[in-house]
Formats: sequence, structure tokens, C-alpha cells
Amino acid sequence: MSDASKPSTTLTADGAEKRKPSPRELEWEEKTLHPTLAKSPERAAEFTTTSSHPIRRLYTPADLAGWDPERDLGFPGEPPYTRGIHATMHRGRLWTMRQFAGFGTAEDTNQRFRYLLSQGQTGLSVAFDLPTLMGYDSDHALAEGEVGKCGVAISSLADMEVLFDQIPLADVTTSMTINSPAAVIWAMYLAVAEKQGADWKKISGTIQNDILKEYIAQKEYIYPPEPSMRLVIDTFEFGVKNTPKFNSISISGYHIREAGSTAIQELAFTLRDGIEYVDWGVRRGLIVDEFVPRLSFFFNAHNDFFEEIAKYRAARRIWYATMRDRYGSKSPRAWALRFHTQTAGCSLSAQQPYNNVVRTAIQALGAVLGGTQSLHTNSLDEAWALPTEFAATIALRTQQIIAHESGVTNTVDPLGGSYFVETLTNEVESGAWDYIKKIDALGGMVAAIERGFPMREIAEASYRYQMAVDKKEKIIVGVNDYVTGDNPIDILQIDETVAHRQAARLKKLRAERSADEVARRLAALRKAAQGSENLMPFIFDAVKAYATLGEICDTMRDVFGIYEEVAVT
Amino acid sequence: MPEKKIRVLIAKPGLDGHDRGAKIVARALRDAGMEVIYSGLRQTPEMIAATAVQEDVDVVGLSILSGAHNTLCPRLLGLLREKGMGDVTVLIGGIIPEADITALKKAGIAEIFLPGTSTQDIVKFIQDRMAQRQQA
Repeated sequence: MSDASKPSTTLTADGAEKRKPSPRELEWEEKTLHPTLAKSPERAAEFTTTSSHPIRRLYTPADLAGWDPERDLGFPGEPPYTRGIHATMHRGRLWTMRQFAGFGTAEDTNQRFRYLLSQGQTGLSVAFDLPTLMGYDSDHALAEGEVGKCGVAISSLADMEVLFDQIPLADVTTSMTINSPAAVIWAMYLAVAEKQGADWKKISGTIQNDILKEYIAQKEYIYPPEPSMRLVIDTFEFGVKNTPKFNSISISGYHIREAGSTAIQELAFTLRDGIEYVDWGVRRGLIVDEFVPRLSFFFNAHNDFFEEIAKYRAARRIWYATMRDRYGSKSPRAWALRFHTQTAGCSLSAQQPYNNVVRTAIQALGAVLGGTQSLHTNSLDEAWALPTEFAATIALRTQQIIAHESGVTNTVDPLGGSYFVETLTNEVESGAWDYIKKIDALGGMVAAIERGFPMREIAEASYRYQMAVDKKEKIIVGVNDYVTGDNPIDILQIDETVAHRQAARLKKLRAERSADEVARRLAALRKAAQGSENLMPFIFDAVKAYATLGEICDTMRDVFGIYEEVAVT
Repeated sequence: MPEKKIRVLIAKPGLDGHDRGAKIVARALRDAGMEVIYSGLRQTPEMIAATAVQEDVDVVGLSILSGAHNTLCPRLLGLLREKGMGDVTVLIGGIIPEADITALKKAGIAEIFLPGTSTQDIVKFIQDRMAQRQQA
């Protein structure tokens, strides 16, 4: 078998001395290129990607000297999966069009979900509000002003029942963007599924459950790393036994990129997070080929079309090599990296917001050509607020146009074999391996986080990028060039009545449920948390007695403590 | 005699953890020669006001993306006034709907920097404002 863990060519963009152009290419340079440059110089001395990766004028066979198409490209559905994880890719089945949605109360979001499903959306994706993400009930003091603003407010199983009212969980797959309290929210979802009579063995969906990227980028953590990782592995273990089709994690580069990382950092930190989860799972005694097939990934789709495509292709190659070489995996289901993509929220401009439709379309096209399994396209108004129904519909239509009108789904990996795309894939892969080795040397991702390593790298990259934008070295249309007057758009506003409705509902819930039963089950959870048992069954029991999210998270806060970061600026 | 450095507190109120903008602005102001204190995440208005007093800052820059500005900002302004720091320049950076801008400015927010603002514009605003105050 080939060694896909090593980059297949020694060429780097700044290592041009290793490049050996053919006599014909040299002749072209002399006869055609040089006279042209003498007459009209290029627009810049250096051309770079969004991530400031240098790009050559022209790519030729000389850039792929050590590259072996059989070994490095292979065939779709086979290692090293450069061309995609399925033999027929989007000819067989289109990606899942999964629009992230959530706002206000469970009733508000339930209505939006049913609208999106009626418009041809094929999967659900829940956005929770900040109090929910931080494990606080809607009536907690720190929730003031935040209830239902960035997502839907879910404080108990009662809210979850409303959220999925008349939506059959046996047929719909649901992705839930929830991390620190993932075990609790997942338990609520499973309880609703059970009530609907859906078979746990058959239901499918994803919980994000990726705590490492919270410490690195999004910062919605509650507990310190050690107990947080325990909770994650508890869900892996519970999932292997009870919900074999549910993805127990979505290891996310999206937020790392939004925090300002480069494409290579996004790829490297995400895959190294993946390695960290596998290591902790193995330490728990889980079997790699049993639990790794339920790990999924989530990447950003930024503006730089080819850099993004190279990133997805490199991701699959690195994960395959990691599973094979690092863990000795024998299961192709563990080798194949499956991923969701979301277009880059941070690329959207508040100015001239209709331009965002175009940005999103380009980004979505990159994700599709990179072989994504599911996709969220952002709405044009998201630099201002959560999307209106009008804006969300255009975003969904963007995917449908790519799927049915652009023709890019007619063949598998249409860019495979492009000198440029293959070279860039090699370079992105090699840059990511360098980071992965560096984090290995630091003692793994938890150790690297404790030393602030990934945060510092991201802060550096985001500052460099902002300086380049401020100096107009990078142009953002409508923001630092081609500026016109403002054209305001209608945006979705969430008022404080949501918070009042939620507070009233919680009050009623606390009055109607059995307080004794709640206390008993929370006490059992506390005892289990102090020991080493899997906490999922205890959390599930507490949820079913209508213990609230805040009560369950507080019980664990008492035992585990809370995490406070050392801020890196 | 060396000129007294402008002292700025960059703070993240509310539950949101998206700190890319706060960190970039903190660093840009520092690079422009100001003394910058970064509060870290999830600060209540009470915590921010206390830090502003303790650090004796000239400027408080709030980074808010979550939509909680109408609740958090007026409360912070009130607390600063109570503590005798009503003359501190309070700025907001982040996502603020047009419809809320007038009310926030009327409540005492000196300026609101929306997405796409260059760091140089923020630096210049603060420098001009401090220069005006010295003349006054």
C-alpha cells in the first residue's frame, strides 16, 4: 500500500528551485511570457489566496513531479478518498440541503422548520440561543437580553416537544449545534423520539458536541477540558450501544475559520481535534472501528474557491492516512471522512447586502466541488441579524440551482487532475501535517489549548488579515472598495416578549412537574458525576422528569467546576 | 514630558464568545500607542463598570454581536454615571441594527462601529475625541 501520509511532491510554492520545467515550458517562458511581462507587467508582485498562501502564475506537469495519480488521486469511494468518499458522489445522491435555523420560542422555530421542509429542504439543523448554548434556563439572570436572539430557547423537554411537533423524527435527520450541554439536549431529542415511537436504532442526525473548538475558537464552554471530554466520550459510548446511525459529534473547523484562522489552520486544528477525540475514546476502551464511523466533520466554505476545494480534498487524505497508520483501522467506514459545510458567515458584508448572495453561491459551489455530504448556505442578511424567511429561501434556492442547473453534479470530482488543484491540495495537506506534528509534540490538543497555542496562531492570522484589508491589499467589494451609500434591508427583530413567554412557561413547568422526582434524579446524576460512570443514562432520566437544562448543567457545574480562559490578545 | 497614554477598556458583555473583533481592535489600539485592557469574555455591566473605575480608563469599547445591546448598554451607562464616570467615552463595535442606533446614541453611546469598519477609523475617532476633550 502507498504511503499517503507523506505529501506526494516536494514542491512548495516558495520552493520553486525544486521545480524542473520541461524544455517546452522554458521555451514558452522565453518566447511568450517574458515579452508579455516586458510590455505589460502583472497587477501585483505576488498573488495569494484569502489565507495569504502564495499562488504561481501557471501550474504545469513540473509542479506535480513526484505525484502519482493512482496513489495520490485514486478513485472515488476508495483510499485515499481525494476524489470523494462515494463511487458515484452527487450523481448517486445529492448532498443534504440542511439550513441552520432557530429563533424565538420553540413554536416560532417549529413553524420555520415546517416551512423549510415544505420548500424542499432535506434535513433540519437547530440553532440554539446563547443561554441554551451556555447551559442556562431562559429565566436565569445572565440570560437577560439574550433569550431567543441567536437561536431558539430550549430550557426543558417541554420546549423540545414543541420544537419537533408534527415533525416525524423517524424520517427527518436533525443536526443540533450544541456543545457544552450537548449530552442534555441530545437526551431531550431522544426522549421526544421515544415519545413519537421512533426507533433509536434507526433515527439519524448529528450533535455538534465538539468542545475542543469551543476552547479554541467559539468560546461557549462551561466545564474544564477534562470533565468536558468525559461527557463527549460518554455520548460516543452511549451512541455505539443505542443509536448506531446517529453522529455523536461534528468536529468543526467552521468556527476556527470564523475566528480568523487560515484554511490550513482550520484543517489542521480540526483534524488534530479529531485525533484527540479518538485518543480519548480509545483510552475509555472503545473500539476504533466501532465508534470512529460515527464521527463526522464540519468545515467552512470561504471565498477562495480553489483553496477551499483543496482543503476538503486534503482533509480526506489526511484522515484516511491517520486512521490507517496511527490507529491501524481496518474499517473503510472509519477511513472515509464525511463532512458538512457552511458558507463563511465572516465573509458576508453588512454593506450592499445583496452581494452576499453571490459570495454564498461561489462558496457553496466550492463545497460541492469539494465533495461535501451536506451544506448550509448563509442568507444575505446575516451580517445584520438572523435571516428573514425571504432571505433564507434564496439561500436554499442557491443550493438547488447548483444541484439542478449548473451541471457540476454530472461527474465526480471534475477538478481532479488539474495541475493547480492537485498542487494546492498537496500544499494544503503538507501545511496541515506540519501543524499536526507540532501539536503532537506539545502533548496533544488539550495540552496545546492549555498553553494557548491554537488561539495564538488564529489571533495572529486574523490580525494579519484585518491589516491587509485595512491597507486594501485585499479588496472586499462594497466594504473597502466600490463603496456606495447604504441600502438598508428588512431584518428579523426578536423582541423581549420571547423572554417573557419563556419565563412564564418555565414557571408553569416547575409548578406542574414532580419536584421530588426531579430532586431524586438530579441527586443520582450528581453522585454519578462524582464517580466515573457514563452520565448519559442519568442525564436522560433527569430530562424525562422535566428537570431543566439549567438544573442539570448546574448539578454538573457543582461537581466539575467551570472553565475560565486566559485571554490571548 | 511624555504625553499621557489614552487608556481603553475593551469589553465583551453578554454570553457570546465570538471575540475575533474585540481582539483585533484591542491589538490595533495598542499598536496605535494606547494602553489597552481586555476584559475577557462574559462580563456583566457591573463587572465592566467596576473594571473601568479600577483602571481609570478614558474609553470603554464594547463588542456586541448577539443582539443583547438594548438590554446591556443602557445599564452600563447608568452604572458608569453612578460611579462618577459619566464622562468616559463609550463605544460599541459589532452588529447593531440601524433601527437601534439612534436610541443608543441618545442614551450616551459616543459612536457605533458596524461590520466592515477599518481599525484606522476607530483609532482616529478615539484620538480626535481625546484631543477635543483636552482642548475643552
